[in-house]
Order: sequence, then structure tokens, then C-alpha cells
Amino acid sequence: MIFLKAFIVGGIICAIGQFILDYFKLTPAHVTCSFVVIGAALDVFGLYDRLIKFAGAGAQLPIMSFGHSVMHGAMEKSEQLGFIGIGMGMFNLTAVGITSAILFAFFTALIFKPKG
Amino acid sequence: MKVGRQSWKFNNDVYIQETATAVGPMEAQGPLGQYFDKKYDNSYCGKKTWEQAESQLIRDAVEGVFSKTNLKEKDISVVFAGDLINQIVPTHYTFRDFNIPFFGVYGACSTSMESLLLSAVFVDSDQAKIAMAATSSHNMTAERQYRNPTEYGGPKPDCAQYTVTGAGVALVSHTASKIKIESATAGIIVDAGQNNPNDMGPAMAPAAAQTIKQHFEDLQIDENYYDLIVTGDLAKGGSPILIDILKGDGYNIKDIHDDCGKLIYGNDQPVFSGGSGCGCCAVVTYGFIKELLKTKKVKKVLIVATGALLNPIILQQKETIPCIAHAVALSVVE
Repeated sequence: MIFLKAFIVGGIICAIGQFILDYFKLTPAHVTCSFVVIGAALDVFGLYDRLIKFAGAGAQLPIMSFGHSVMHGAMEKSEQLGFIGIGMGMFNLTAVGITSAILFAFFTALIFKPKG
Repeated sequence: MKVGRQSWKFNNDVYIQETATAVGPMEAQGPLGQYFDKKYDNSYCGKKTWEQAESQLIRDAVEGVFSKTNLKEKDISVVFAGDLINQIVPTHYTFRDFNIPFFGVYGACSTSMESLLLSAVFVDSDQAKIAMAATSSHNMTAERQYRNPTEYGGPKPDCAQYTVTGAGVALVSHTASKIKIESATAGIIVDAGQNNPNDMGPAMAPAAAQTIKQHFEDLQIDENYYDLIVTGDLAKGGSPILIDILKGDGYNIKDIHDDCGKLIYGNDQPVFSGGSGCGCCAVVTYGFIKELLKTKKVKKVLIVATGALLNPIILQQKETIPCIAHAVALSVVE
């Protein structure tokens, strides 16, 4: 059942992204940035947490969950350290994602040559 | 001789003495593949970087005209050359190997006809014995510069175009050949208020219309004079707009209009709405249109190359896209 829900929710999020690309004069970069912001916004009221509980990977894989993780980390740390915790906690949960992206990109660029 | 506001009529027997083209894999596999002289099966053209590959294409086309005519660099009086890349480096790095009085030109995708026009004016007024016009573009150098490196993988809308990987060179002189350069019209910069770099058709069509209309007025002819009016890269988006604008001016070019961006690729190739880039008009004109003229399938052609004169930074300053179109009229010698 979780597989079906993951499939449908993930698909809907991506379909929204495609709709924006097709019908508005926005670039993929616009879609990525807005999705991150939306994910962060939805975490403010715990809405994105509920979506993750409902759909599992279908809500964790799209870039929206990156915004959610940034927000989540900031909120956690700020509960311990107050206002300054926002800045300290932002990349706690997202660090592994960012580091992996950089490492994989680096090794890919070393080994492969673009075909064009 | 200058006629009217923007045009020249070449009364002193100006001919395209010879042409040569070099293209990449997509163009070689397209419907006009047989008309190109040198064809590569990958976009690196035997070089290590995209920019070097583009230089190699230009070099192949230059050496192509030399081998077809047995001319050498010392026979060429002057060269007008350009491409799309910053500081037109592919062109410069090719011509550092050839000692020819050099003028770099930039007209974006109108460079082919801009360089051909200048060559014709120089030869017509005997300021040059043999003038060379060279133009190129390369899909990956253009993508990296104007948008993103192709490995970014960002999806593109259907109205986007695919920059042609190809170089075309023409030699212009008084030496009689089958193809005469009759006249030419220089464009003025026209800004239609468009600002979408992924949809250039609506931006460039008004410039093409202005040049064509002025060409007719300056030379006191109309659309019936030509068998074919071909634009450089309006492709599927811009062609209908051009036809509409000219209809409003009283000219109906629907049956004689075609576009290099539509001609160079087949419907089965993943090229969005068609080809673009200054190499597009160059290779189609110097490879395919030249053959149409030589075999008398058409007798009088007007080539209108359109260019969008923007860069990515100025667009981010909320500017619109000004465009220009240069036209050259070719006819077959009976």
C-alpha cells in the first residue's frame, strides 16, 4: 500500500513541476528553487511531516523534502540554542545530501567526458 | 552601388566563386547530409574541447575552398568571419593559422549573410580581388555560453531551437561562376519587445520582415521576383509570424518561403522547433541552396539570416531581445 501511495504522491509532485515548465516561462532552476521553498514552508506547520508519514519515499525523494530538511534542522537546533540555532542547524540534516552531490559530481567529472 | 536606404545592387559581376562546409553528426544524419563537404560522426571533431572542435570545423571549410579552387591564402584579399562565442574565439584561433587581412564580425545568427554582404561590397567596389566569408556555430559551445553546459540536463520547451554544429565558407570574386550575387540589404536593429531566450521566433521575425520589406522597396521589386525566400533560423515558431507581418505590408511570401532551421533537420530528430545558430544559414546556403541554384531548381533566391543580439547577462537586467536580419540575393547565371 505504501508503494502505491509513494508512487502517486511522488508522481503528483513531479507532474506539478512539469506543468509549471510547460505552461509558464520558467526555467528548471525556477522550479527547483520554488519547490525547496514550498517544502520549507510546509514544514512550518508540520504538514510536510504528515505527507512523509503518508507517502514515504514519494515525499522524501523530490526536492521539496530538501526544503523540509533545512527547516527541520533549523527548528531542532533552535529549540536547543534559541535564535542562533536557526543558522547552526540548517544544514545538519542536509549535509550528507550536499556532500554526496559534490563528491559524485567531482568523480563523474574526473572519469567521464560529456558527449554533448 | 548603394540603392535606397539599406541596400546595395552589385552591377560589377560579383559571383560566389566557391563554397565549402563542415558539419557535425546531427546535421550529417539530417535530410541535407549529402550536400555537406566534411561530416563528423561526433561533436568533438577529433579535438579535446568544444571550442577547439568549432575551430576545426572552420578550418575544414577554409581548407575545403582552397582545395576546390587550388587557391592559397595569399590569393585571398580579405576575410570577414565570425561565430557565436564570446570574443569570437573559435574564428580567431582558426585564422591565426592563415595570414589573411582579417575582419571579425558578430551578427549572432545573421553573421553568415553579414559576412557575405561585406565580401560582396568589397569585391563589387574592387576593394578586394577575392573576399572570403566564414561563419560557424557549434551546439555545445553555444549551449555552454548562452544557457547551460549540455550535461546540466535541464529540459527545454518545444519552442526552443537546436544550435547547428557546422561551418560554412564562401569565396566571392569577379571570377565567373554559376552563382551571381545580385544585391544585398543590411538590416537595422529591430526590438519587438520579446524577452524569452527560449522562444526566439517572435523576436526575430519582425527584423526579418523589416529587411525583406526594405529590400523590395530599395530595389523596386516585390515577392514575385524571387523563386525562394529563405530565412536563417526562424524555424517553426517564427516563420508563420514573418508571413503574417509581410501580409500586413502587402507581400505574400507564403508559397516561396522556407527556413534553414526547418530544412536542416528531419522530423525524426530531437531538435525541438528546428535549427538555429549562424552555422545553420551558412551550411544550408553554401551546401544545399547552392546546389538548388546550380541545378536550376530555383533561379533567384533571397537569403535572409536573422540574429538575436542578446547575451545572458543583459537579459537578467530585465532587457528585451533586439534582433537584426541581413539579406543577400543570389541568382543562377543562365
